[in-house]
Amino acid sequence: MGSTFENIQSSFWIAIWFVFLTFPLMVIKVNTIDQIIEWRFQNMIWVGLSIFFLSFAWRKLMQIKEAGKKDRKFHLFLLQRVNIKQKYYSQIVFIVILLGVGFPYIVSAYQINIITTAMIYVVLGLGLNIVVGLAGLLDLGYVAFYAVGAYAYALLNYHFQINFWFALPICGLLSAIFGVLLGFPVLRLRGDYLAIVTLGFGEIIRLILENWNAFSFGPSGIANIPRPPLAGLESNIQTASIGMYYLMVFMVLFTIFMVNRLQNSRIGRAWLALREDEIACQAMGIDRTKTKLLAFALGATWAGLMGAFFAAKTTFINPACFTFLESAIILSIVVLGGMGSILGVILAAFILILLPEYLRAFSEYRMLIFGASMVLMMVFRPQGLISHVSKHYQIPGKKDET
Amino acid sequence: MLSETFSETVLYFVELFIGGLTRGSIYALIALGYTMVYGIIELINFAHGEIYMIGAFIALIVSGIMTMLGYAGLSVFFTAMLVAVLYSSAYGYTLEKIAYKPLRNAPRLSPLISAIGMSIFLQNYVMLAQTSDFMPFPPLIPDFECLSLIDYMIGGPELVILITTVVVMVSLSILIKFTRIGKAMRATAQDKTMAMLVGVDINRMISITFIIGSALAAIAGVLIASHVGQINFFIGFIAGIKAFTAAVLGGIGSIAGAVLGGLVLGLTESFATGYVSSDYEDVFAFALLVLILIVRPSGLIGRKISQKV
Repeated sequence: MGSTFENIQSSFWIAIWFVFLTFPLMVIKVNTIDQIIEWRFQNMIWVGLSIFFLSFAWRKLMQIKEAGKKDRKFHLFLLQRVNIKQKYYSQIVFIVILLGVGFPYIVSAYQINIITTAMIYVVLGLGLNIVVGLAGLLDLGYVAFYAVGAYAYALLNYHFQINFWFALPICGLLSAIFGVLLGFPVLRLRGDYLAIVTLGFGEIIRLILENWNAFSFGPSGIANIPRPPLAGLESNIQTASIGMYYLMVFMVLFTIFMVNRLQNSRIGRAWLALREDEIACQAMGIDRTKTKLLAFALGATWAGLMGAFFAAKTTFINPACFTFLESAIILSIVVLGGMGSILGVILAAFILILLPEYLRAFSEYRMLIFGASMVLMMVFRPQGLISHVSKHYQIPGKKDET
Repeated sequence: MLSETFSETVLYFVELFIGGLTRGSIYALIALGYTMVYGIIELINFAHGEIYMIGAFIALIVSGIMTMLGYAGLSVFFTAMLVAVLYSSAYGYTLEKIAYKPLRNAPRLSPLISAIGMSIFLQNYVMLAQTSDFMPFPPLIPDFECLSLIDYMIGGPELVILITTVVVMVSLSILIKFTRIGKAMRATAQDKTMAMLVGVDINRMISITFIIGSALAAIAGVLIASHVGQINFFIGFIAGIKAFTAAVLGGIGSIAGAVLGGLVLGLTESFATGYVSSDYEDVFAFALLVLILIVRPSGLIGRKISQKV
């Protein structure tokens, strides 16, 4: 730990380095058409000053992180402690439920819509959590299944006027079939190869939707997708969004229930084992391909269901809704939340979706802040918001070491 | 009559072939950065495409200033290239220090998320600092006169791209095979702890890898931008994905594999666009990747890594 003077000195040099680094892009702006060079020297001062102070914060945070490594107690984030003790669990759950039920009567339709969107991402995150967090398969093309679900509902409705409730299971099933179709050839690949193939698959689906005009109406997309029929609620936009909200609350609860059950089931344990060590897992008699395919198909099913919900909520979809950025955001939700931890995924989904929404005031800078916060989060808390605590047996008479 | 259509067919084929080679060389140059970084720290550097884009932007700024000051010809090209390479290397170096170095011992997915975040950040940074529109990029590489006889087949820019790629590949191979730095880099890639024990400065080697990779990306960026004629802040994304595909296609971690993968990908895209349909260009690229990985799970010439128990 250096003295204050040394800190100031090194921060100064870091600031100088960044001023140099950002000089051409931040200061000079060339207009090749009018042959004008615009010099924006004030930016230089801004960059220098902000980097100077940020480097202090960076150093401080690094120190805290280092200290945290030595002191294991520090590792336990506030919420995680709650998770372990389970003392306040019922109270918190009660408050959340109360808030969840009463929410639409407190706030405007706009807020309800945002929260509904965030809940779609909660379910997507939990679905991807099965694939990435539990089974340990890196999937960068998750959005493809989401797109399949959304287009399945939109097209079924357009051509055959199939009702949302009948289309929903078809969407899930279709996505699952796509998951198996993709999974079958690629699941013997190693992690990073799997990542790029799934990424490629996501792009293929999007490009086909964009170019196959006769099938998917191309880039212009499909409009006027009906909302789910809910005892007449769907006729008015205000009540429809409230209906959608409750539907999503139900879906989130259902998903949490399912994922929780799955996690502790025979198949869930097989996934965890597969993630930790494939060879040992095979030696124990677990069918590798079948287990992986099941994870892929189940993850895809949730994406497909959510796709249908998304289409019904926005009433308009086009291929631009399903870009790689979506996959990246869903994956970030899983990793940011702490892989395999349900509470973490929910929290991360709300943060990642609501943060850009409420940053709309700085709409120009919101993606910049979003990217930067992803980096910072990973640097200072790589295990995610709430790291998954695996179940362990405690030997009676011995102290708990977690 | 018949011979004329025949020669036209051949010409078309040659045109597509050279187009594919040019495109493939660019992919190969960017793919090298991916493959080197992956080889040394097993990280998919998602922000690599952004380094390539920044290189192109810096070259645009430098060449813009120089043109207004009255310079012309190859001097502009070389200065712009030099500055772009310098700055991109600096960006690559800083990127590693901020986003990857603190994560060296973190869970495997964390650096990947950090890389995706960095990629989003850099894209928006360039968009805000410069512009979100497409910028016209001056043709820095002139059409050489000596090529006028065969310019229906190959133009100046294509030739320069091909030659530069070959020169860069050869010097990179020499660097990695025969120099001290190259040996240290290979040692780091094989076993970090062991390399450290025999006195290799690992952090320095990783930095050098990032610097070399970024420099190659900048070269690719300047070359392709002056060939295509326009850039914007988003060009890094698709080029990055394609180049990564190329690296995986050849077998990630292998230098020769990146080159081979790049060329195969470029040629496939070129022929598919020319003979089938230009709408599905990217679909062909990814479909090829899936097909090859099914047959050869570790890429065209990737080493088979046996699992340790």
